[in-house]
Amino acid sequence: MEFLVILVPLALALGGAGLVAFLWSLRSGQYDDCDGAAWRAIADDEPPQEAPAER
Amino acid sequence: MQVTRDFSHYVRAAGAGLRHIDLAVEGVHCAGCMAKIERGLSAIPDVTLARVNLTDRRVALEWKQGTLDPSRFIDRLEELGYKAYPYETESAEASEVAESRFLLRCLGVAAFATMNVMMLSIPVWSGNVSDMLPEQRDFFHWLSALIALPAAAYAGQPFFRSAWRALSAKTTNMDVPISIGVTLALGMSVVETIHHAEHAYFDAAIMLLTFLLVGRFLDQNMRRRTRAVAGNLAALKAETAAKFVGSDEISQVPVAAIHPGDIVLLRPGERCAVDGAVIEGRSEIDQSLITGETLYVTAESGTPVYAGSMNISGTLRVRVSAASEATLLAEITRLLDNALQARSRYMRLADRASRLYAPVVHATALLTILGWVIAGAGWHDAIVTGVAVLIITCPCALGLAIPTVQTVASGAMFKSGVLLNSGDAIERLAEADHVIFDKTGTLTLPELEVTNAADIPADILELAGRLALSSHHPVAAAVAQAAGARSPIVGAVEEAGQGVRATIDGIEIRLGRPSFCGVEALIGASADLDSEASIVAFSKESEKIILSVRQGLRPDAKIVIAALKARNIGVEILSGDREPAVKAAAHALGIPEWRTGVTPADKIARIEELKQRGAKVLMVGDGMNDAPSLAAAHVSMSPISAAHLSQATADLVFLGRPLAPVVAAIDSARKALHLMRQNLWLAIAYNVLAVPIAISGVVTPLIAAAAMSGSSILVMLNSLRARSASREIA
Repeated sequence: MEFLVILVPLALALGGAGLVAFLWSLRSGQYDDCDGAAWRAIADDEPPQEAPAER
Repeated sequence: MQVTRDFSHYVRAAGAGLRHIDLAVEGVHCAGCMAKIERGLSAIPDVTLARVNLTDRRVALEWKQGTLDPSRFIDRLEELGYKAYPYETESAEASEVAESRFLLRCLGVAAFATMNVMMLSIPVWSGNVSDMLPEQRDFFHWLSALIALPAAAYAGQPFFRSAWRALSAKTTNMDVPISIGVTLALGMSVVETIHHAEHAYFDAAIMLLTFLLVGRFLDQNMRRRTRAVAGNLAALKAETAAKFVGSDEISQVPVAAIHPGDIVLLRPGERCAVDGAVIEGRSEIDQSLITGETLYVTAESGTPVYAGSMNISGTLRVRVSAASEATLLAEITRLLDNALQARSRYMRLADRASRLYAPVVHATALLTILGWVIAGAGWHDAIVTGVAVLIITCPCALGLAIPTVQTVASGAMFKSGVLLNSGDAIERLAEADHVIFDKTGTLTLPELEVTNAADIPADILELAGRLALSSHHPVAAAVAQAAGARSPIVGAVEEAGQGVRATIDGIEIRLGRPSFCGVEALIGASADLDSEASIVAFSKESEKIILSVRQGLRPDAKIVIAALKARNIGVEILSGDREPAVKAAAHALGIPEWRTGVTPADKIARIEELKQRGAKVLMVGDGMNDAPSLAAAHVSMSPISAAHLSQATADLVFLGRPLAPVVAAIDSARKALHLMRQNLWLAIAYNVLAVPIAISGVVTPLIAAAAMSGSSILVMLNSLRARSASREIA
């Protein structure tokens, strides 16, 4: 059962890392605009040189 | 007239030489709009950040200090085809956002703990039927406790706090059985683990919190979203006032930047945005938004004016007593306070359910313990079984039954143009069986319109419209609107209180009072003009016409009234306006019951009378005089054009010109209430099946976890059916 000594802390550490990542993403405002974020993922990148402002 | 716009009130410092402003934007719907706005604004030199929030329909902008005027952003957005206005977060919205984040954090913690505890529980469940050593099981139980206890202490806060508040107020709510269930489950599990027992319920307790937090978060998110939309609409109204900054110098500032004691200028055709008293000038004002009365009132030095009054003829100087309606007609304040107190006695469906539920569940658990002791079991086993009953009956599905439906139904209502102000409005709206309409601004449109535009030759109407552009009088504005006029006639002269005249190709044209245009004879000839309309005349040499201008009925008012009748809902009109006006509207719409000249107190008396008879009244009104009755009614609605106070008091607010959202909202609410009841029955049916198993003492943590998630998922799926609300009115 020695493997538990490694696996259990490892599992908890991974879970804890997930939680920390979630709290960080929440703090940095990533859930403030879920609708927009959904679209940004598939939006085209901006063209390299700025096109003349469209009307 | 060019006015300088001063937005400095909304600009914030954003560190290191940067300035920040938030704009509410109308008409952002998709990724295309988002990219267009962000590129368009970033192209302005010195702009360091332009980011659209598609959920809240806002843009955050940052730029280098000192170079740019914020009004430039608004002009740029206008060029791109979006209406925008600076937005200031109110404290109410800020606290909703903070609460929403807190719940999401709790949900994150609870979900993390659930997943990790489950990871430990599944080996224990499978180990119990195979070859797990008792030491290993204890070790896993201790690990579960290590995760679940702190997580439950943190993520359970919303429930523990609310339960404590309810108990301190000597009442009970859904959170009391939840808190007791979770605490006992965790406590018993710790004791069992110390005694090396086979079953611990850490997983069930923390999973319960996770499911309940999902419900809480959905509920909170719905409220936050509504508030954001309402905040944007308020901002986009762009209410400004001409404030005196020197003895003779005025500046157009947002209402938010006006303080009591300031002096503002009120020009003809402007709607007053503040409360105050006239100190100079003489004019007629339209107080219909405040009193419901469509006749103009004379304002002179000393006359109090209220936000929402329209200035008609002269220019007034007003000393501000309160910006944004802090002072009110004393009578309305008193009535409103009383009505609001009465309303808070309404008990939500969820609270009513929990008031029945909690004692039954706790009594069952107690009887289980006693029953097992009498049957000869030891106290330890009896208590473990009793706690298992509490865990199984913990109102997981009950906690989700109502918020999930509310969230889905409010989304459906939002699509049909209705915003919810309060969470329990859906339940109350579904019960409504009698609708009271205010007339002015509710059955009728808030703006004036030309009723006989179709009878007038197009070229004449166009000329009249162009001439009307030179006047600020609201009636002239209606004429210009009807004609679709865009270019004013050069050299047009307004004669105060008379009309406008101009000369085109040597021919004089006039628009204004009938006497001003010399057409009194025509008025006598056409006696069929209704008494409510304002008459404007137009003359061009021998061509003379009269235009009848009035507040028109909402385009679909008649269909909506018929639809309400078809649903067996009583309809009546209570108006502060005079008899002929109300009578005409009632006849046109086929409403047999109407009362005129009604004061705010009379309106409440009528609502009370209907209440005595057992009717559930839906009040639909917009004026400040309607605010107390909106609060007194079982449930209330306001159009978006309503006075601030009425909008804040109403349970629901509908957008746009049609009246159809009233019927659509009632339909959605009825369907939603039906689903809520169905969900509650589902949850209860599940308990009826599960409780005997718990009482018999054969529940394992595995059964508890499976039953709990099964019932929750069932309830959530059922709630989704609220989405397909039918749009048909008739």
